[in-house]
Amino acid sequence: MNSWSRFNIVSVVLGFTFLYLPIVLLVIFSFNESKLVTVWAGFSFKWYVSLFHNQGLMDAAWVTVRVGLLAASIATVLGTMAALALTRYTRFRGRLLFSGMVYAPLVMPEVITGLSLLLLFVAIGFDRGFWTVTLAHITFSMCFVTVVVQSRLLSFDRSIEEAALDLGATPVRTFFEVTLPVIAPAVLSGWMLALTLSLDDLVIASFTSGPGATTLPMKIYSQVRLGVTPEINAACTILIGLVAIGVVIASVMTKRREIQRQRDEQAAFAGR
Amino acid sequence: MKSLGNIRRSFAPWTDPDAKPFISFRNVTKKFGDFTAVDDLTLDIYHREFFALLGASGCGKSTLLRMLAGFERPTAGEIILDGQDIAGIPPYKRPVNMMFQSYALFPHMSVESNIGFGLRQDGMPKAEIAARVAQMLKLVKLEQFAKRKPHQLSGGQRQRVALARSLAKRPKVLLLDEPLGALDKKLREETQFELMDLQQELGLTFVVVTHDQEEAMTMADRIAVMSHGKVIQVATPAEIYEAPNSRFVADFIGDVNILDGKVSASGNGRIELATNEGFTVRTAAANAPATGSAAGFAIRPEKLKVTRAAPADASVNAAQGEIWDIGYLGDMTVFHVKLDSGKVVKASMLNAQREVEDPVAYDERVWVSFGETAGVVLKD
Repeated sequence: MNSWSRFNIVSVVLGFTFLYLPIVLLVIFSFNESKLVTVWAGFSFKWYVSLFHNQGLMDAAWVTVRVGLLAASIATVLGTMAALALTRYTRFRGRLLFSGMVYAPLVMPEVITGLSLLLLFVAIGFDRGFWTVTLAHITFSMCFVTVVVQSRLLSFDRSIEEAALDLGATPVRTFFEVTLPVIAPAVLSGWMLALTLSLDDLVIASFTSGPGATTLPMKIYSQVRLGVTPEINAACTILIGLVAIGVVIASVMTKRREIQRQRDEQAAFAGR
Repeated sequence: MKSLGNIRRSFAPWTDPDAKPFISFRNVTKKFGDFTAVDDLTLDIYHREFFALLGASGCGKSTLLRMLAGFERPTAGEIILDGQDIAGIPPYKRPVNMMFQSYALFPHMSVESNIGFGLRQDGMPKAEIAARVAQMLKLVKLEQFAKRKPHQLSGGQRQRVALARSLAKRPKVLLLDEPLGALDKKLREETQFELMDLQQELGLTFVVVTHDQEEAMTMADRIAVMSHGKVIQVATPAEIYEAPNSRFVADFIGDVNILDGKVSASGNGRIELATNEGFTVRTAAANAPATGSAAGFAIRPEKLKVTRAAPADASVNAAQGEIWDIGYLGDMTVFHVKLDSGKVVKASMLNAQREVEDPVAYDERVWVSFGETAGVVLKD
C-alpha cells in the first residue's frame, strides 16, 4: 500500500545502524589477524583457535552453562507453581501482597538484589561459589517465568481440567496429563527466558559468586578491564551466533506450526 | 429400528408411588457468597429417564448439574445417587460423566486418546481400551477420524467425540450441559433424535441442561422448568405445554395469550371468567378458584380460531377485533388480532392447503373464538 518514502528508508537505516553497528564491528574484528583490536590486518581464524585453548575462558563458559541450566530448570518449576497459585486460588488471604512480591524482582535494581543476596549468604555463613550463584539466579529469574506462565493460564479453558476429573483422573494426574501438556509451550518459553537471563547476568553473579565459580560474563568483563583482546571478540561472536540460531529455529518452528494449524482447521471446516 | 414409541409411552415411573428415584435432590441449596444459585430445591429423577433442566441463564440449572458432577458442593441439603449420598465424593470417584458445553476436548490428544482417557484412568487393560474406543467411535460414526486432533475436526464432529468420551466409561448417569448449543439448526435437530435413540439403546439416565425449550420438549421424558434457583414445574413436555401450573411456565414455554379477569361463576368442573377484555370465558378447570377471585386464562395461539363469520354461540369464548398483523411462516400463518378492548392476541393457523381461498386480510374485522377445553386457568 505505502511505497517506501525517503523518510521511511532513512529511519530504517538509522535504526538498524544504531542497533547493529557495534555488533557488526565486534564480529568483523573477531576475524582480525592483528592483536590490535581497532586496526584491521587481514582475515584469520586464529583467535578462535586460541579461544579454545584459553582454559580460563572455557572453564567460565562451562560454569555459566551449568548454572544456567540448573537455575532455569528450578526457576521454571517454582515460577510455574507460583503462576498456578496466583491464577487458580484467587481468594486466599494476602493474594495481592503475594503477587506484588513475586513481581518485585522484575523492577528491582539488580545491584540491590545482588547486594541483599550477598548479605544473606554472608549472614548464614554460606560459602560463596557455584551454589550461591545458582540460588541467586533462581531467585531473580523465577518471576519472569511466573509472568510468562501466568499469562497463558489466564486464557486456559478450565473445563478441560474438569473433564479430566470427571473422567476419573485424580487432581495430580489431571495436572500432569492435561494441564501441563497444554501449557507446556509457555513453560518452555519461560525456561528459555530464565536460561537467557542467567547466561548473560553480570551484576548479580559478581555479588554472589566466589572462588572457582566465575561465569563467562564475569570473566569477559574482568579481561576487558585489562584490555580488549580479539579472543573476547571471538567468544562474543560465538555467543551471538548461538543466540541467532536459537531465535531463527524458534521462529521458524512457530511459523510452521501456525501454518499447519490453519491448514488443518480449514480442512476440518471444509467438511473432510 | 425397533419401535421406541411404545417403550416411551409406557415409561412413567414418576406416576408410580412405589418407584424409587435414582437421583434425589433433597432441600439442596447452593450459595456463592450472597448469591443463591439453587434455593432449597427438591427433585427426583428416575432410572433410564431423559430429564431436562430448562430455564433462562442464571436460573441455577448449570449449578445443579455441576453439583451432580461434583464440581460444586451444596451449601445445604443432600444429593442421593443410587441410594448413596454423594455430597462428599470428589468428581473423579463419581459414577457420572459429563459432556461439557465447550466439549472440553483435550487439545493435545487424538480423538481415540480423548475417548480412551477415562478408561486409562481406571487402569483398564490396553486391549480392552482399544476395543471399547473402537466401539465408541462406531457408535458416533467417527471411525475414520480416530487419529485426528480436535482442531482438525468440525464442530459437529467435536460434539460427537465429546459424547463418545463421556459415554466410554458407561456411567450410571450422563450429564449434558447444553450439548447442542454450538451446532447449527439443522445439525441440532438431527442430533436431538440421535441422542434420544442412543439413550434408549444404552438404557442410561440422561440429565440435560438447556435453555432451548424446543430441544427440551423434543428429547426429554420430563422437564423441570427452573427460575431463580427454584423448580417451578416438573412434568412431561405435553403437560408443561398444555397445563402449565403458573404464569411463568405458560409464558416461558411457547407462545401464549394471557387474559386476566375475575371468576364470575363456577361449578360442574367449569368456571366462567369475566375478562378485562369485555367478554366471558367459559372453560373447564380441574380445581376451580373461588367465585370473585382474580384469575388468568392462558390460551395458545394455535387454539384460537379466526373467522369472518360469528361463531354459533358468540356469548362466550368469542371476541371481535381486527387483523393487526399477518406473519406468513410457511407451515403456518400467525395473525395478530387487535380486540375491541385494545388487547392484541396471537392466533396461528396451519397452512394445510397450498392455497387458501379468500384469506383474511389486513384491517379486516374478524371473530376470535375457542372451545371450552382449549385453554387453562392460572390462579396466581
